[in-house]
Amino acid sequence: MITLKHTLETDVLVVGGGIGGLCAAISAAQGGARVTVLEKANSKRSGSGATGNDHYTCYYPKAHGSDISVILKELLDSMLGLCHDTKLSVRFLERSISIADKWHEWGINMKPFGDDYVFMGHAFPGRPRIFLKYDGHNQKQVLTAQARKAGAHILNHHPVLDLLRNEDGITGALALDMSGKEPAYTVVRAKKVILATGAASRLYPPAGTPGWLFNTAFCPSCTGSAQAQSWRIGAKLVNMELPNRHAGPKFFSRAGKSTWIGVYRYPDGRLLGPFVKQATREVGDITCDVWNSAYTDVLMNGTGPAYIDCTNTSPEDMKFMRAGMISEGLSGLLDYMDDNNIDPSRHGVEFMQYEPHLIGRGLEIDINGETSIPGLYAAGDMVGNFRSDISGAAVWGWIAGEHAAANLSAAPHAVAEAEKSAWARERMAYYDAFMTRPAGAHWKEAALGLQQIMGDYAAAGPHRVRSESLLNAGLKYLADLRSNAETAVKAANAHELLRTVEAFELMDNGEVIMHAARERRESRGMHQRSDYTFTNPLLSDKFLTVRKEEGKVIAEWRQRWSA
Amino acid sequence: MPPVINQELCTGCGTCADICPMNVFEQDAPKTEPRVAYGEECWHCNACVLDCPKKAVSLRIPLNYMLLHVDASQFKE
Repeated sequence: MITLKHTLETDVLVVGGGIGGLCAAISAAQGGARVTVLEKANSKRSGSGATGNDHYTCYYPKAHGSDISVILKELLDSMLGLCHDTKLSVRFLERSISIADKWHEWGINMKPFGDDYVFMGHAFPGRPRIFLKYDGHNQKQVLTAQARKAGAHILNHHPVLDLLRNEDGITGALALDMSGKEPAYTVVRAKKVILATGAASRLYPPAGTPGWLFNTAFCPSCTGSAQAQSWRIGAKLVNMELPNRHAGPKFFSRAGKSTWIGVYRYPDGRLLGPFVKQATREVGDITCDVWNSAYTDVLMNGTGPAYIDCTNTSPEDMKFMRAGMISEGLSGLLDYMDDNNIDPSRHGVEFMQYEPHLIGRGLEIDINGETSIPGLYAAGDMVGNFRSDISGAAVWGWIAGEHAAANLSAAPHAVAEAEKSAWARERMAYYDAFMTRPAGAHWKEAALGLQQIMGDYAAAGPHRVRSESLLNAGLKYLADLRSNAETAVKAANAHELLRTVEAFELMDNGEVIMHAARERRESRGMHQRSDYTFTNPLLSDKFLTVRKEEGKVIAEWRQRWSA
Repeated sequence: MPPVINQELCTGCGTCADICPMNVFEQDAPKTEPRVAYGEECWHCNACVLDCPKKAVSLRIPLNYMLLHVDASQFKE
């Protein structure tokens, strides 16, 4: 049996020690709050930014000029721009360079090429460049050290299992203490909670290597925890039905496609896209940011495969690209290429479109980063009405931490004994059952079952469709899988319990995706409905929110928030 | 499966087990060599390789992760 070993109290609880969580922790602590961070692994190396990143989107008036609207347009036209409430985009842009300044001062090299910021990559020829090129190989260590210096208390190996609330708002979280031999529960009572759990990988069968659950572009430890846990307590999620698919090398899944400096070609050498004939460090081939389905399309129509060709890239830019790959955290890929004599200056490397995942789809936040539940904030990849990956996490983490710390007195419920609530006791008993059962199914069976259902009944385009009848069937099958798994899965230890918990989090995300996809009666992007094949202009400036109230799913359309 | 620990170099410091984002390693007691308990859950992020103070860890990438590539001379025609 898992016992409740510790009950802690804090002002601001941060869930997840990634880029967003650490920035939130630093700003809340600097704002005078007592801060606790609960991290699933170790904040020095966890999440999708574990070993680095190299592009930080931002607005720098010195380089971009004083008209923010020019840069806003670039952001909304970029691969990041589909699901933005533009008033959030503007606030983000206004604050973005100030966080880059702080990062540089703390020891993350934001100016690796001289005395000033340089903008390169993910750019259209002849248009302003909004991606600040930096060296993020040490970003997690630096931010961890800064969070500790600011006074934040980081508990590593403490994944959060559930959020706790009362009728007034958030009251804390239930976590699993995996730091010792025996798993135990920890409850943190908190006045404010900031969610920063990252993307949701592992929802769909890996597009290149089905069955290999952990070959994902983004960190497979990011399993939509924030979306699942806040859905359970009634928070509003937004844009969950609009699929996103990343692209990169095949079959070695890895984000970072724009760190490669080359052009995309058909096997006979013809260029895939119209943007550039010669790639440089400043302007690479943006084709796959724009024609997102390119690699799948050319396989499906037989004209592929498609390759990235770096052979015309200058030797200086090739050196630059290699350094960029280390900054971006691709040293594992580089080691593999070196060991296997794969050399981008001689070889074309095939690229592919990876399976759908959630990034920039999830919690609805307001202008302060607060969700629909008072005292509950969200920052980073699991936010549904804004997306800007690294800098999005950094800036919104900062804003949320700042606002949470400044508004502690507006939490009259905060002294509640969160661990004594019926919900906390119910959830502790729920997880306990997986450990105390004498024998049963393995978590992987549940995880694979979900991927099978998502792949067939909530498929994302291109070339795959959704429909009312498919989604209805999918929801029925998912409910069957869930109830079977709840009574059958046996977790032998804390590690297996964590994977079990993640499988159920992913099921929650899958369920939300299917409910929302059923409500979006049109086709848009990779949400392709065979029963509504058109794109409805009346929905162009609307977002779809979903939440659960007394067991019922409530789906509502709202106007997109303008600047 | 991905992480491989060179037993001759490992000092049992436990850094790899502490920092792995996927909890792939298990260490039974301090100063003992960690085991690769869940190798198939490796995300090949390279954190263990980068952070091992003795350079005792390497990744063995599974065969089917092959990075598909061709000789670029085929593009010249």
